[in-house]
Amino acid sequence: MSQPDNASRRAFLRNTFTLIPTVGLAGGVSLTAKAAEPPPNLGDYQPAFFSDEEWAFLLAACDRLIPGESAGKGPGALDTNVPVFIDRQMDSPYGHAERWYMEGPYVLDGSPDLGFQYPYTPRDVYQKGIAMTQQYCQQQHGKRFDQLDADTQDSVLKALEANDIDFASLGESQKLEASEFFSSLLENTKEGYLADPIHGGNKHMAAWKMVGFPGARANFRDWVDQHNVEYPLGPVSLTGERG
Amino acid sequence: MAKQQPRVDAVIVGLGWTGSIMGMELTDAGLNVLALERGADRTNEDFAYPKPADELEYGIRHTMMQKPKQSAVTIRRNLDERALPQRKLGAFLPGDGVGGAGAHWTGVLIRPTPTDLQLKTFADQAFEPGVLQEDMQIQDFGVTWDELEPHFTFFEKVCGQSGTTGNLNGSIKEGGDPFEGPRSEPYPLPALQDTQNTEMFEKAAKQLGYHPFPNPSANVSRAWTNPYGMQLGPCNYCGFCSRYGCLNYSKASPQTCILNALKQRSNFAYRTNANVTRVELAPDGKTATGVTYIDDNGEEIFQPADMVILASYSLNNVRLMLNSGIGQMYDPIARTGTVGRNYAYQIGGGINLYFDDIEFNPFATAGATGKMFNDFSPGNFDSAQYGFIGGAKMHSSQASGTPIKTPLPKNAPKWGQGYKDALQKYYGHHMKLSMTGSVMSYRSNMLDLDPTWKDPYGMPLLRMTFDWKENEHRLSRFMRDRLSEIADILKPDYRDEGFQLEGSHFKVTSYVSTHNVGGAVMGTDPSNSALNRYLQSWDVHNVFVPGGNAFPQNFQANPTDLIGALTYWSAKKIREDYLKNPGPLMSRS
Repeated sequence: MSQPDNASRRAFLRNTFTLIPTVGLAGGVSLTAKAAEPPPNLGDYQPAFFSDEEWAFLLAACDRLIPGESAGKGPGALDTNVPVFIDRQMDSPYGHAERWYMEGPYVLDGSPDLGFQYPYTPRDVYQKGIAMTQQYCQQQHGKRFDQLDADTQDSVLKALEANDIDFASLGESQKLEASEFFSSLLENTKEGYLADPIHGGNKHMAAWKMVGFPGARANFRDWVDQHNVEYPLGPVSLTGERG
Repeated sequence: MAKQQPRVDAVIVGLGWTGSIMGMELTDAGLNVLALERGADRTNEDFAYPKPADELEYGIRHTMMQKPKQSAVTIRRNLDERALPQRKLGAFLPGDGVGGAGAHWTGVLIRPTPTDLQLKTFADQAFEPGVLQEDMQIQDFGVTWDELEPHFTFFEKVCGQSGTTGNLNGSIKEGGDPFEGPRSEPYPLPALQDTQNTEMFEKAAKQLGYHPFPNPSANVSRAWTNPYGMQLGPCNYCGFCSRYGCLNYSKASPQTCILNALKQRSNFAYRTNANVTRVELAPDGKTATGVTYIDDNGEEIFQPADMVILASYSLNNVRLMLNSGIGQMYDPIARTGTVGRNYAYQIGGGINLYFDDIEFNPFATAGATGKMFNDFSPGNFDSAQYGFIGGAKMHSSQASGTPIKTPLPKNAPKWGQGYKDALQKYYGHHMKLSMTGSVMSYRSNMLDLDPTWKDPYGMPLLRMTFDWKENEHRLSRFMRDRLSEIADILKPDYRDEGFQLEGSHFKVTSYVSTHNVGGAVMGTDPSNSALNRYLQSWDVHNVFVPGGNAFPQNFQANPTDLIGALTYWSAKKIREDYLKNPGPLMSRS
């Protein structure tokens, strides 16, 4: 991260490189991408797939998986609209498992190394996983997940992750496991955090700015030989937003 | 009764690399050629900027890959396990649509060595009896380096291969691979630019006495016009290559290198969303009469043809042969039959190195960017003393810096503030040392038809039986120790590793490699090969099956160069001999 002579390096970068990619992108994006709609305010967003109770769970869980600035440097899942991303994914080919092989018979006692075998789409996994987690929280704590304090929420998430919550005893008939639900939730949360904002999360490319990924610039002919030098430009998105 | 289309001279099943090459060669010979592609059409317009620069869509959701819904594979690790369908993609990602995997590959275009083509001969000379596993079934390809060399050279010109020549007609050249087989011509284009990781890897490898050279690349380093008049532009190091269509006309693909030339020919046509379910045979079973396919309205159509080229993905080529009764299905117990025999794969492993104070800019890269060395390919070192045969290319490659796939140290928190801290600390501060290893063929690593699960057209799914064997575990251990010595020199702030060591089994859940080879292998003996050395079915002479399926075992690198060269080799024989006198090109005795 640290560079010996930042001021002179930055001046050099400004003079040499700043204009070239900016001009190139303005041309490319305006011709091919739809005009960007501003991302919604998370508080105003009406989920298309999740019920109010499921949505409250999702907001609370995402906030623990990638917490906001109050926990430490960097934007959080809620700052970057990750729940919006997940809600939109539920109505994508992914949410409906449109590309997957979903023909029976379903054999549920094979080795986990042979991969996903549930008769469930991601939509099913979320609905069942959230319902059973809420049921567990009610049994253990007498409250819904989103009503628990942060530490207790973390302990519930850790129990899901470690498969220490027995979904079968909560009514699961097809052997969906808590750890499977957790890993879908965590994977989708990270995707929403780091994917292009066109998919609903990573609002204003905040996560890309945090890590230093330049997004959809996709032209580094003038930079590939700048070894061990930090890239100077902020990200751009598929719709031409600049960070 | 299926609807029938007008007869063609040759029907090609699948329009990726091998289908496009055969299309070019057979139309050159004056044949009326039709290609049937089960996926959608894909043209260069589909890859216009900025569309491909979308990690979620292409890198994660696999929009350009085959849909298991259409063609899943069932998988088991041994003959006693119950195979289960791979319901969503994982260990391998076969391509879909026009261009096939060639539209979204990484673009490493590397030759095997002369020894790799004659591995059985080498093994008989270099290993005492009893050293190698008893159930190993390695074989020679049945074609030699000298026979294939002109076809490598031509295919590499088609692709604008970029790299550094190591052996020109027997003369060793500085900076290239001194272990490569002699080339008749230098690489068409100079190598891609180095990146921070390749510079570090090269220095450490040289310190240990190895011979690093740039990854041979089909992402072109300079503007290039190929023998078909197709033009490629210099790679701009966009960072969206492996799993993505090229937004810059820089990655060799069927689209950028062949199809726009082929489509101009009046004796070539293609249909998309045309899913071939089987090859139809004449009553005597000795010739094919054409193929049956299902169109996008679900209608079954018979396409008569004098010749059938199975140019689908290796796995689907084998499945089509099995579902059509071309040749005899392999039985690992009775040890009869050849179709499905000798399925092999690629083994990988690597060490992740993290440096707090080095900027790798992983997003500024071509797919094939990297340096490698070949000091550990068969014949270049004495593996007999370690009890294994085979080899590995040892490399540091940097295919992409897309953020969802950011590697983080194994000990970093998976979520919470600790995860966010790790992302900030490690994004762009990582490089990898990798080995890409050979996988031998074994009695029980095989393909056949699944008894339970079927595709949407009612055809049985392909069943894969595959596991890592002790030979490959030993190879991994040896290569791991060598990479570890390189890591020691580089002194990262943190390192972790992943290898398939003793006792590890094949897992379908995370990506391994899309170098699925074998299953319908070439050779000179009909008792152990489904195809003769011209890729012609021993049993049905007007069926040719170019593809990775022809490899009797896998070598320690990427298959595309060999697949391209073998396809041109087969096409040459078809043009010179088969068309004049259709019949078996080799006698069975």
